[in-house]
Amino acid sequence: MAERIIKLPDVGEGIAEAELVEWHVKVGDIVREDDLIAAVMTDKATVEIPSPVEGEVTWVGAEIGDTVAIGSALVKLKVSGDGAATEAPAEAETPAEPPKEKPAAAAAPAAPIAAAEPAPKQMPTPKPAAPARAAPVAITPAPRRPVGEKPLASPAVRLKAREAGVDLRQVQGSGPAGRVTHEDIDTFILRGPEAPAKGGLVAKTGITDVKVVGLRRRIAEKMALSKSRIPHITIVEEVDVSALEDLRAALNKKPTAERPKLTLLPFLMRAMVKALGEQPNLNALYDDEAGIVHQHAGIDIGIATQAPSGLMVPVVKHAEARDLWGCAIELSRLAERARDGSATRDELTGSTITITSLGALGGIATTPVINHPEVAIVGVNKMVIRPVWDGTTFVPRKMMNLSSSFDHRVIDGWDAAVFVQRLKELLETPATLFVDM
Amino acid sequence: MTDITCKLLVIGAGPGGYVCAIRAGQLGIDTVIVESTKLGGTCLNIGCIPSKAMIHVAEEFEKAAHAAAGKTPFGLTAAEPKLDLKQAVAWKDGIVQRLNNGVAGLLRKAKVKIVHGQARFRDGKTVAVETETGPKTITAETIVIATGSVPVELPFLPFGGNVISSTGALALTELPKRLVVVGGGYIGLELGTAFAKLGSKVTVVEAQDKILPLYDAELTAPVAKNLSGLGVEVLLGAKALGQTAKGDGLRIETADGKERELPADKILVTVGRTPATAKLGLDELVLDMDGRFIRIGERCETSMRGIYAIGDVTGEPMLAHRAMAQGEMVAEIVAGEPRIWDKACIPAICFTDPEIVSAGLSPAEAKAAGLETKVGLFPFQANGRAMTRHGEAGFVRIVARADNHLVLGIQAVGQGVSELSTAFGLAIEMGARLEDVAGTIHAHPTLGEAFQESALKALGHALHI
Repeated sequence: MAERIIKLPDVGEGIAEAELVEWHVKVGDIVREDDLIAAVMTDKATVEIPSPVEGEVTWVGAEIGDTVAIGSALVKLKVSGDGAATEAPAEAETPAEPPKEKPAAAAAPAAPIAAAEPAPKQMPTPKPAAPARAAPVAITPAPRRPVGEKPLASPAVRLKAREAGVDLRQVQGSGPAGRVTHEDIDTFILRGPEAPAKGGLVAKTGITDVKVVGLRRRIAEKMALSKSRIPHITIVEEVDVSALEDLRAALNKKPTAERPKLTLLPFLMRAMVKALGEQPNLNALYDDEAGIVHQHAGIDIGIATQAPSGLMVPVVKHAEARDLWGCAIELSRLAERARDGSATRDELTGSTITITSLGALGGIATTPVINHPEVAIVGVNKMVIRPVWDGTTFVPRKMMNLSSSFDHRVIDGWDAAVFVQRLKELLETPATLFVDM
Repeated sequence: MTDITCKLLVIGAGPGGYVCAIRAGQLGIDTVIVESTKLGGTCLNIGCIPSKAMIHVAEEFEKAAHAAAGKTPFGLTAAEPKLDLKQAVAWKDGIVQRLNNGVAGLLRKAKVKIVHGQARFRDGKTVAVETETGPKTITAETIVIATGSVPVELPFLPFGGNVISSTGALALTELPKRLVVVGGGYIGLELGTAFAKLGSKVTVVEAQDKILPLYDAELTAPVAKNLSGLGVEVLLGAKALGQTAKGDGLRIETADGKERELPADKILVTVGRTPATAKLGLDELVLDMDGRFIRIGERCETSMRGIYAIGDVTGEPMLAHRAMAQGEMVAEIVAGEPRIWDKACIPAICFTDPEIVSAGLSPAEAKAAGLETKVGLFPFQANGRAMTRHGEAGFVRIVARADNHLVLGIQAVGQGVSELSTAFGLAIEMGARLEDVAGTIHAHPTLGEAFQESALKALGHALHI
């Protein structure tokens, strides 16, 4: 019998650490080679960590939500046989590789797909029993720094905080005299400020605690950042899309591979491209630290998409260079990749403006949250047939509301209104979408 | 008329400007630097560096003179020393020259374009430069004003003739028999001390009731004591009135209101420095000012977008190392890095004899900030290295918060303590507590041990006292 330490392998993207989001094993479980032991999350992707050998789990090195450094011990296994024991040190040195190419340590090379079918797979254990583990350091809170006092940190820590966009005043220092350490910053970046009164998910009697981890936490942080930094102004306008719907129905009669069925979104994207051409200040990223609005020539439209794990925003790059079907094809490709989790980091970042649409669930008005550091977001509400007074009588028209939010620090209400009116004009008279003016 | 367009234009190649330009060059920013005189600014040409060279000469001369007079306690004797002041000045100029070339080399290595001439703003993005080869127009996305400062001139004692500034004092090739220094700040005392050591009869006229008004009495006492040992007469509360009619001295009003004439071969006026913005054409801009200085924010940004200001033009403390740190920061900001002025302290040194170092808060400043403090003071009399250097005057003093022992300030006065400034600055910048300083092994036998002992003293258990 020998002990084998499984370390967190380099999961790519040049990162130094990852957040543990799921345990597939707990102490006492038997794992076979290639069985998944845990899942970790980097910026955008979740990576499953398989076991390179067979053995019994004797120790787990982290709790869900913890940040684990690449190369640090993840689990300890009791493995049988001397062979494994002798090669263990050497093996332990080479970090286990990403899932697709496993070192065939003892057994004959197993098909990589074997990982998908782990025999003694345990139920996911959200709260692994880890009796031997000491409580995480972060639990002992340092005394709060009195208001107005300068945070205490070394120059390197200050630089790290600044580059990560962390306000040191928000960070609790765990060091002597409340000094903020590198670890404090790392913890803060992953956990966000420990706001004392954060309603919602705080446990009450009889309610299960749900740890906000992984993508959920990232979304939470992003939303909080956006809402706390950006004074939103939201305009709701109704758009008569009857003509647009007629056009769409006509175009969708004979779909082909090059010309797939169109939803409303590609039309909206084209309308935005047109409108933004006239108002480039809305297609921008606002660096409020530096006090600079970066107006982008290219229009990269993020599309808020519900994926199984949460909200994702795949980006249709250079919408200005795509025609209606080009937008549609790219949109469906990205949505698919976001849903099945295969979207790359590049496909999920870099938007300059965002569309959010809940389709049939879209309500009559929403207050979209701007995708920081962008300055505008266009929200699509549900299309309904409503009676509209045409001057002599009520006629049934297909009406749809657009709820759009703008960063009021850099966009005046007038500009916002002009943009919304332009979208309305373009969508109500869809021919203008295809006329060069 | 030739035109240059660049991303970053730095006006002034002093320590702030050239560091900014080098860093910008390293970061791949297309950078131009304009300098109207020599590279290196006041610091390198007529300030820090040449004054330290002359102070060194004076120290060596004094040692030899002591030996000649049989004043050393260790029995060293020598013949009467002689100084060729011309050669000393030439040696100093050689050092300056080497450093000038060094700065030029560093700028070239960083691919910074150097333009020699006087810059004048046309507008917030354009600067006209009068060069030897004609006028040039430089248009830049970002402009950094780093034009430094010049000595303040007293209207009733204009520079010229026997009235000299620090620049003139460093170029003297003949020792003045009688030197009157107007202004008892660090520049006046550094130079006054050097001339006294070289043999001048030095009188210091200071309007306030103490020398080195920026430092507390405890710190300046050893300096005052040594000045009188050197035969320097210090007249406190005295006002300079003007030159005597014959130009052979200075008329002053003494503390008790009497007029007195001080015979002088040279009158050195060191009453402060003022920002050098006169020829810059700042009227073309709408910059918020802070008195005579350009107002800046925590990123050294001025009230005009795309214009930054660093160094002496932005106010006190007018120190080269502050300007350098600002220059480096601004270059990184221009490169898009998130930076902010978050330094915990800017150490200051006074190269008098003995030297004074101060980093962070003095006991009085800490008290004024409403902090309860612990102060530990360790005298060099109890330090072996100070004894063996024959320089026991002075001490190290540490100021810490009473509640968590965070070090707020460290001051020292003593021979050679300028080099301790590195340890002091690091301790404060790293957020050290008394226990950190006390728990660090300080090599024996060094003056630095007094630093550790001062922390132990503040903690109540100094070992060697």
